[in-house]
Amino acid sequence: MHTRTGVSVSLQNLGRSFGPIHALDGMSLDLAPSEMVVLLGPSGCGKTTALRVLAGLEDADTGRVVVGGKDITNTPTNKRDMGMVFQAYSLFPHMTAQQNVEFGLRLRGMDAAARRKRAGENLELVGLSTQANRYAHQMSGGQQQRVALARALAIQPQVLLLDEPLSALDAKVRVQLRDQIRRIQLEIGITTLFVTHDQEEALAVADRVGVMRAGRIEQIDAPDVIYNAPITPFVAEFIGSTNRLPGHADGNMATVLGVRVPLLPGSPTSGQVSVLVRPEAVRLRPMTDGSDGSTAGTATVVATSFLGAHGRVQARLADDSLVIAQLASTDVAELSVGQRVVLVVQPAPALATAV
Amino acid sequence: MAGVDVAGTAAAVDTPASTAGGPKRRRLRHTVRRKQAAFRVIVVTVLMAFFLIPLISLLDFSTRLRNNSRSGAAWSKVISIASATDASSQKVWQGLVNSFILVGLTVAIMLVLLVPTMTWIRLRLPRLRRVMEFVCLLPLTIPAIVLVVGLAPIYRQIASLLSTSPIWLCFAYAVLVLPFAYRALDAGLEAIDVKTMAEAARSLGSSWVGVIWRIVLPNIRTAVTSACFISLALVLGEYTVASLLSRTNLQTAIFIVSQDDPRFADALALVAMAIGFLLLFALSFFGSGRKARKV
Amino acid sequence: MLVLPTLPFFLYVALFLLLPTVIVVVNAFQTKEGSFTLSNLALLGTPNVRSATFWTLGLSAISAVSGAVFGALLAYALATANPRGMLRRTIVAACSVLAQFGGVMLAFAFIATIGSTGSITTVIKSWTGVKIDTAWLYDFNGLLMVYAYFQIPLMVIVFLPALDGIRPQWREATETLGGSTWTYWSKVAGPILAPAFISSTLLLFANAFSAYATAAALITQENPLLALQIRGFISGEVVQDTTHSAQVVALLMVVIVTVVMVLYARLQRRASKWLG
Repeated sequence: MHTRTGVSVSLQNLGRSFGPIHALDGMSLDLAPSEMVVLLGPSGCGKTTALRVLAGLEDADTGRVVVGGKDITNTPTNKRDMGMVFQAYSLFPHMTAQQNVEFGLRLRGMDAAARRKRAGENLELVGLSTQANRYAHQMSGGQQQRVALARALAIQPQVLLLDEPLSALDAKVRVQLRDQIRRIQLEIGITTLFVTHDQEEALAVADRVGVMRAGRIEQIDAPDVIYNAPITPFVAEFIGSTNRLPGHADGNMATVLGVRVPLLPGSPTSGQVSVLVRPEAVRLRPMTDGSDGSTAGTATVVATSFLGAHGRVQARLADDSLVIAQLASTDVAELSVGQRVVLVVQPAPALATAV
Repeated sequence: MAGVDVAGTAAAVDTPASTAGGPKRRRLRHTVRRKQAAFRVIVVTVLMAFFLIPLISLLDFSTRLRNNSRSGAAWSKVISIASATDASSQKVWQGLVNSFILVGLTVAIMLVLLVPTMTWIRLRLPRLRRVMEFVCLLPLTIPAIVLVVGLAPIYRQIASLLSTSPIWLCFAYAVLVLPFAYRALDAGLEAIDVKTMAEAARSLGSSWVGVIWRIVLPNIRTAVTSACFISLALVLGEYTVASLLSRTNLQTAIFIVSQDDPRFADALALVAMAIGFLLLFALSFFGSGRKARKV
Repeated sequence: MLVLPTLPFFLYVALFLLLPTVIVVVNAFQTKEGSFTLSNLALLGTPNVRSATFWTLGLSAISAVSGAVFGALLAYALATANPRGMLRRTIVAACSVLAQFGGVMLAFAFIATIGSTGSITTVIKSWTGVKIDTAWLYDFNGLLMVYAYFQIPLMVIVFLPALDGIRPQWREATETLGGSTWTYWSKVAGPILAPAFISSTLLLFANAFSAYATAAALITQENPLLALQIRGFISGEVVQDTTHSAQVVALLMVVIVTVVMVLYARLQRRASKWLG
């Protein structure tokens, strides 16, 4: 296999509007050589437009695209040397898997023997050597996407672009293929931009995740940083689930349901706030008969669900708001609907917003 | 397809992006789109000319007299066709009435034959589906002119059993519309889960007739409508069978009238084509409205 | 009996579709007295029928190919337009009318255009003083032009779904793999569309081959087409039709159209696999 050092990619201050909609609004992004960056965001946030501008499939109104130190803003797609995998249906239906993979090589004038060898290697890389002579309509969705990946990699591109390649697949295949994509990407060290709206997918494969909103990157960081230290409420609420609990900030701490919680940078430093608390940072304690019913954190269990190793409990606070707690299954089993409980927030760093 | 990618990538966005960029910017995509728009305009214009000139000529010819002066006589005959007493108007009126009766009878035969049978085969006899499809599409490979040759002796029998009235042409017309009506209805049935619906209705106590009348028919309304429209267009435009079996319908009447009064015939032809166009144009909205709701 | 509810349909079809067809086929091989014979087929070798066969084949082939080319161009122009736009809606509706509804009226329209007192003939005469020859309208070339009037719309209707089946990703994939627009058309879109294009052309061929009304209204004195030959035989211009001539010509037409439609169905299946 062709292990190479990747190139760097730089999207600089990209702007793109469709009529009144700003798909890209001064977006900048730098990818280090061999890095895999995942752009994540709700639909319409501009992530796909950014990828398509990098591929040359879309014009940017402003900004520059630099790959390996070379400005390619005005280079047409077919001279950009990028491998791209589309959401679905991108295989040429009149060619076998093998012919699809050979297509880009044929355009490069490679002779038949070398072509066949390279295509074979790439089909093997994605685990489809035995399906080489099948047509798209004879393959499953997952197999088609793997052929598409082999086809994109066969031309040994400078950059690999993945445009929601897994979103049309079944849950199980999606997980398998996403892990396979990551393995291959690490193995050949190709600089990769991956676009998705699935946060689990993003967190699982990325070196860095860029969360996009309204044409800009809101935060770009390693997956664990994105999850544990979001810098804006949008990022905190878009990734994973969060409870908004009322609290009072003073300095870099806040008091939530009687517990002192450290606040992340970007939170207000005084006054009433909403603290964004992850479900796994909420503990529930059954209320003993003797305790005072008016404690800040009392709630009533309204539903419990079993999810394997852990479970989720929905509880209603005195002010009628719902709180979700993620607990070990054994703890969930001890709670029943209608039971009175006390909420205890773990003092993990959290983001707060002004009320 | 070059243009389809415009539709695809800019799904949410129909306006060609023309917001000002840098002055020297190359607009790679933009040029492609402009070229396509130009191509579209040229092709559509040239072909439209080919299609419109004969229609305009119908209008021109129907109002122009030998000495190149204008006359609306042919058109006033069209307008007063129902009440006029001259021979040609009456001939056409008779043809028109016959044709509309034929539309009604043909549509009735078509629906009664196809809807219950197609539903039943889907529900209980899936093995017969290919057979039925084959039979229904058969008229596509048997030209109407050939069918006439074989129908002639059959219609001699019908004449002695029933009458020589043109309305019995409906038997032949139901065969002619079979492929088109079958396709429309098949698409409609394909889009709904007949089997589950029928099982649900049966479990709630419905009879088989009730299943077809109350459950299947309302759910394939669009398909039934388009099958009816196609039958309507086909029957109103039918000439071959009627002419060779010497029966009067709209088309044979117009043809006979054209020998003596070509202006009147041309005006009628234009009206008939305009009505056909309006019907199918309306149908295109009806059909897509339903589809849009499904998505 | 599960089959019982389907009996009305099959009986009806047997009576009004299968029986006529069987009558044609059987009569073609029967003497007037009803015994089997092959001698009726000698008709196919007579100069009139032979020339009508070549006319019909030639007219169908040329009008199918030219109709397919122009129809495909128009369909492509429509496929690149907004699928819900007025342009596309209007033209598709117009095409369904023109493809199905032409018949006799079409003949009138062209006579009104380039007949001896047609609009274009008159306009040319008043501008240049030259009276152009209009006899060609009632000849092979005239039929070719008039047939284009329903062949092009039919092509639009049958080929547009194939064009709509083309995925934008195929062009984009071609581009990212290094292909030009020419590569895309010659190596990707062209080959993918080929089965649909050829099968549509075959359908147009069968359509022209079976057509009767337009030619019948345009050409009333002679019978240069197979369909018109049948008219000649059954309207009794031939004094005593002792050899089932109409049935023999009808049989020839069925055989040719069936062969074409079988090929059509085969190619259509492949096209729908690629473009479904």
